[in-house]
Amino acid sequence: MTARGRGNAWWGLAVVAVIVAMVGASFAAVPLYRIFCAVTGYAGTPNTTEAAAPGATGQTITVRFNAETNGNLPWRFSPVQAKVTLPLGEEQIAFYQARNLAAEPVTGIAVYNVTPEKVGKYFHKTACFCFNQQTLAPGQQMQFPLSFWVDPAIASDPNTSDVHVITLSYTFSRTLEDLAKSGLLAKAGPHVGAMAPRPE
Amino acid sequence: MSATTHDHVHDHHDHKPGFVARWLFSTNHKDIGTLYLIFAVIAGVTGGILSMIMRAQLQHPHGTIVTSGQEWNTIVTAHGLIMIFFTVMPAMIGGFGNWFIPLMIGAPDMAFPRLNNISFWLLPPAFILVMTGLLLGESGTGWTLYPPLSNSMYEPGIGMDCTLFALHLAGASSLLGSINFITTIFNMRAPGMTLHKMPLFIWSELVTAFLLVLAVPVLAGAITMLICDRNFGTAFFDPAGGGDPVLFQHLFWFFGHPEVYIMILPGFGIISHVISTFSRKPVFGYLGMAYAMVAIGVVGFVVWAHHMFVSGIDVDTRAYFMAATLVIAVPTGIKIFSWIATMWGGAIELTVPMLWAIGFIFLFTIGGVTGVVLANAGIDQIVHNTYYVIAHFHYVLSLGAVFSIFAGFYYWIGKMSGHQYPEFWGKVHFWMTFVGVNLTFFPMHFLGLAGMPRRYPDYPEAFAGWNAVSSFGAYLSGLSVLVFLYVCYRTFTSTEKLAPNYWGEGATTLEWTVSSPPPFHTFEELPRIR
Repeated sequence: MTARGRGNAWWGLAVVAVIVAMVGASFAAVPLYRIFCAVTGYAGTPNTTEAAAPGATGQTITVRFNAETNGNLPWRFSPVQAKVTLPLGEEQIAFYQARNLAAEPVTGIAVYNVTPEKVGKYFHKTACFCFNQQTLAPGQQMQFPLSFWVDPAIASDPNTSDVHVITLSYTFSRTLEDLAKSGLLAKAGPHVGAMAPRPE
Repeated sequence: MSATTHDHVHDHHDHKPGFVARWLFSTNHKDIGTLYLIFAVIAGVTGGILSMIMRAQLQHPHGTIVTSGQEWNTIVTAHGLIMIFFTVMPAMIGGFGNWFIPLMIGAPDMAFPRLNNISFWLLPPAFILVMTGLLLGESGTGWTLYPPLSNSMYEPGIGMDCTLFALHLAGASSLLGSINFITTIFNMRAPGMTLHKMPLFIWSELVTAFLLVLAVPVLAGAITMLICDRNFGTAFFDPAGGGDPVLFQHLFWFFGHPEVYIMILPGFGIISHVISTFSRKPVFGYLGMAYAMVAIGVVGFVVWAHHMFVSGIDVDTRAYFMAATLVIAVPTGIKIFSWIATMWGGAIELTVPMLWAIGFIFLFTIGGVTGVVLANAGIDQIVHNTYYVIAHFHYVLSLGAVFSIFAGFYYWIGKMSGHQYPEFWGKVHFWMTFVGVNLTFFPMHFLGLAGMPRRYPDYPEAFAGWNAVSSFGAYLSGLSVLVFLYVCYRTFTSTEKLAPNYWGEGATTLEWTVSSPPPFHTFEELPRIR
């Protein structure tokens, strides 16, 4: 092969590699977007790093709690407290409660989201029942704790300084598929495992 | 730039193969370029007939030529796809690109001649598939193919799948072409032809090829997902299965926005040569012109969601995409002002190609101005999907891209065929088209601002006046196509012999050093660029 022929082959293969990479990237768009949201808190994805709360500052913020239950899950699920007002930077514990209304043990899984979406990156969750699947015996009632803190930087960011109420929302469901069907998975934070088959 | 070349007319080397071997199995860049140009004319006339049907339907309120909304939508879809994938792209990239890239960089042919043959021959089957979708009346989604409209629930017929496969084939054709273009331009330049000495048309084709390589695979991914959603039960775009129709919009426009630059950039290259030739001056700000095209290509990849301002994306995202979109006006402005500066103080000759080029600058600037208007997210909420948008993109593409194709045609037809076009009929063609298209599309600005939505076969009486004007403009443009075909007839039957450089001292690039028409094989001995 001549030098020019080798050059042609090299350039041709390089362009083919770019084409293959772009096809791959188009299929990887959704997982890449999820990672991007988890890292940056974009689109209301709460921060779940293990960073400790920096300690209370003077200002306070109100967190309201919302609960939803997918129709396929025979549970009654609600927040214990409607809202809590906490100092920025201080870690806070709150509880949700759920009762299994079915005559058999049922496993549920929750996804969560905060609104307004722009405060996602300042909302830190350090412990949450939603990090694991939960199983309730027939008729069992249980309280689920979660702990969280709000970064004081929320008050100095001109984009978020107007926010005085954050709504934290949980949706419980039997399976992730059910959640996906209602479109919730797209906006949720990291959840338990991959899209798992329906638990028995 | 100056070039020394030897006499390349080696008659004893100029054996042309027989008809079938020459045209069906062609590996010669000039023959393949000719095939692409003929294909583009046939497809362009087809797409033009569809636009005549549409304007006839809209000439009066309650038109009865088109019998249903679905039929209307199918015509809209086919018109868009044919004009984009089978007219503008084959003419600009396949036609002029194949003809003049090797000639302008002093290469004997493209890097992969057989690949070149496949690139072309993928297009006719793709065209047949699009026509199948049209004739079955089953692909009424618009060229944007948005689900859920393109789902099996709303477009259950196989015609929709034909249209999607047509895009796969056309996309594969463009990708193979880009592999060839990039390799040829990087690796086949004559000695001394550095990147910064390349003619601007080569720069424009290079940037275009890069845009194709980065954008078309994403379209391929998106329509593959769509085909799977339609036929194999996946749910990429189906919320009931965890998908999201907005994902399709993101993927489509990640391709679709660069695609509009793919259609116009080669035109920028052609216009630079025409303006420079007929002003008898080198193009003003060569490096600025080249890198403005690179900048347009780069920024063109980060503005896609300005097509999605009403899809529910949040306000910060809209603010970003609006700002990034407005930035594109800067390199585009550099190009417009550099063309004007090239003409400034030049010995301007108003030949037919120069008329088309000046017409291009005029119309493209109007389209650019309405583009800046539409880029504003707030305004776009109001005029989204109205005739204002139709007017905008027809000014930049239908008029911008098509005027540059005609500029290139009149500029190079003597070189390609060896026959001179009739100057008088060329001017008739230009003025009829210029008046016709402005009558067609300018009133659409008014209609859009008054709130007339696109993609409907009917409208209230209030819009009747400007729609009638628009339709008459379209008929005039339609007649101008007949004049163009007459120009072609007169050109190919002309007996006038042309010199290698029939434009004189203004034309400085390498294609003017070979005979008109060039011999079957050119630059067997490489020219040396000083």
